[in-house]
Amino acid sequence: MIRTVRDLFRYNGEFAAGAVIMLVVFTMSLASYFSPYSPIDAYLVPMDVPPSEPYWFGTNSRGQDVFWQLTYALRNTLAFGFVVAVISRILSLTIGLISGYVGGAVDRVLMSINDTFIVIPLFPLLVLLYFVLREDMTWFMLALIMACLGWAYDARLIRSVMISLRTREFTNASIFSGMSTPRIVTEEHLPYVLPIVFSTFMNNMNWSIGLEVTLAVLGFTDVNTPTIGGMIFWANQHSAMVSGVWWWYLFPTFFVTLTFIGLFLLSISMNEYIDPRSRLSRMGNG
Amino acid sequence: MRAYAIHVFKRLGQFILVVYIGITITFFITHLTPIDPVEHAVAQVSSFGFSSPESIELLRKSLKEMYGLGDNLWLQYLRFLKRVTVLDFGPSLSAFPTPVGVLIARALPWTIGLLTISTLLSWFLGNILGGLAGYYRKNRLLRLVGVITMGVHPIPYYIVAFVLLIVFTFLLPILPSGGGYEMNLNPGLNLPFIGSVVIHSILPAFSLILVGLGSWYMGMRALVSNIVTDDYVVYAELAGVPRGRILTSYVMRNAFMPQITGLAISIGSIFNGAIITEYVFGYPGIGRLLIDAVHAADYSLVLGIATISIISVSVAVFLIDIIYPLIDPRVQVKP
Repeated sequence: MIRTVRDLFRYNGEFAAGAVIMLVVFTMSLASYFSPYSPIDAYLVPMDVPPSEPYWFGTNSRGQDVFWQLTYALRNTLAFGFVVAVISRILSLTIGLISGYVGGAVDRVLMSINDTFIVIPLFPLLVLLYFVLREDMTWFMLALIMACLGWAYDARLIRSVMISLRTREFTNASIFSGMSTPRIVTEEHLPYVLPIVFSTFMNNMNWSIGLEVTLAVLGFTDVNTPTIGGMIFWANQHSAMVSGVWWWYLFPTFFVTLTFIGLFLLSISMNEYIDPRSRLSRMGNG
Repeated sequence: MRAYAIHVFKRLGQFILVVYIGITITFFITHLTPIDPVEHAVAQVSSFGFSSPESIELLRKSLKEMYGLGDNLWLQYLRFLKRVTVLDFGPSLSAFPTPVGVLIARALPWTIGLLTISTLLSWFLGNILGGLAGYYRKNRLLRLVGVITMGVHPIPYYIVAFVLLIVFTFLLPILPSGGGYEMNLNPGLNLPFIGSVVIHSILPAFSLILVGLGSWYMGMRALVSNIVTDDYVVYAELAGVPRGRILTSYVMRNAFMPQITGLAISIGSIFNGAIITEYVFGYPGIGRLLIDAVHAADYSLVLGIATISIISVSVAVFLIDIIYPLIDPRVQVKP
């Protein structure tokens, strides 16, 4: 495992860049634990101060220090993406493995449900959920809902790998040697599936963070928990662009873009690691 | 031909299942939650001024009838399914007494027009550029295009759209900042109106194309670089077939097909894109309508839009699914 990571660092520029970016973002989010201010309190510092000595990223029209506010926002946003990705990975892995390995009627039923989830437009559904839940739509509730909606495409991917593994020689060898089905799946097949789980993990985090930002900008989330989207929402509410408080937009936008690029680089480097053909061509080109 | 009929039949079954599950989810989300749209509406109406208890009771009764509430849940569910088949969602509350169906019908062409055209354009451009980049690997210009599209790709759409808006309406005021057409024009099939619609759609369409391009580009480039090493392409190169012909009729043609499935899914997510695009650019489509409906707490309008989006997306995916085997002979339509 450590060797793999070290090799990725050495030979894969995308992985190294992505890892460094994510480290920066993660460090920023950890800084929130040292913040002198509470994330939800307002009017603690002078309003609308441009970036300068005591307030590095300036202050906003709600009397909050943008730097410390941003650390909380990054922490919540990253945690949000992480929670959604973990729960939806569990769902997609379970359903993909069962569907691919068992096959037959189980497969057909699961994939019918799966295809339904792929094509149903999520955004109106999420807005509808916000509409009926209102105050109950907490940060964690939204994460749970998005996890339940975001597994389908990756389950299909895992299933297709599973189907090809099932017909390979070593699967039969394991069956004849008397291994139980759960053991075959977890010990023989899982190692082939895990790299896909990792790469879809990053994509799923990107997807969920993007949706959260979008929903929050519209005010369709719990905007009192600071997230990146929530910060942009409040900036819009105070028409920060018109009053020239550009730093209120700039820093959250910059850091969320950084997060996206970091996760994206990690995911494509992982994809390359999975696909031996592109790995070979990279080595060939030096 | 028989195999194809069976394929269509199976897809039709899938289509009906998707619509049915989608509508059922929508129904139960709205009916198993604590909020009561009737009480909400009553509170809204009575906040305008004093009303007598009797008239409030009367209002409550007629609202229950209007929303199709009041009976037990299963009866309501069956009635809802029946109303969906004729696209009747009752009158909208925020634009009373205009029916929800009329409001949606007015907004839908805007969304479908803008989103379909920009999705198709980004699909087409992304595939062409990706295909060229996969074939001419050393070309500098194509590499630069690749770096730009892939750099924009991971940025959240809202941010790209917002930056474009600032650049093209604030810093270089050459494009209108919002709306679907110039307000003083007469909507209809006349030249100034159509021109105005086109000008107003440039910025939102450009933002959608810019964001969508990257994934098609990457997918196509990967597909083409796999095909290029296939035996039949190598053979054609050795036999001296012109490179342009190899690219168009040997490589691109075969690589385009898998991308069609992707197109179906992205047509499917049209409404995800519509909402935020229309919010940023103030475009008068269905996303804008949905946002306004949520802010106005217009229960039947929100329910209607969610249902309509599910149906129209399913129709689009169904159509692409049944057209696909007609274009690509390699797709086996097994009974």
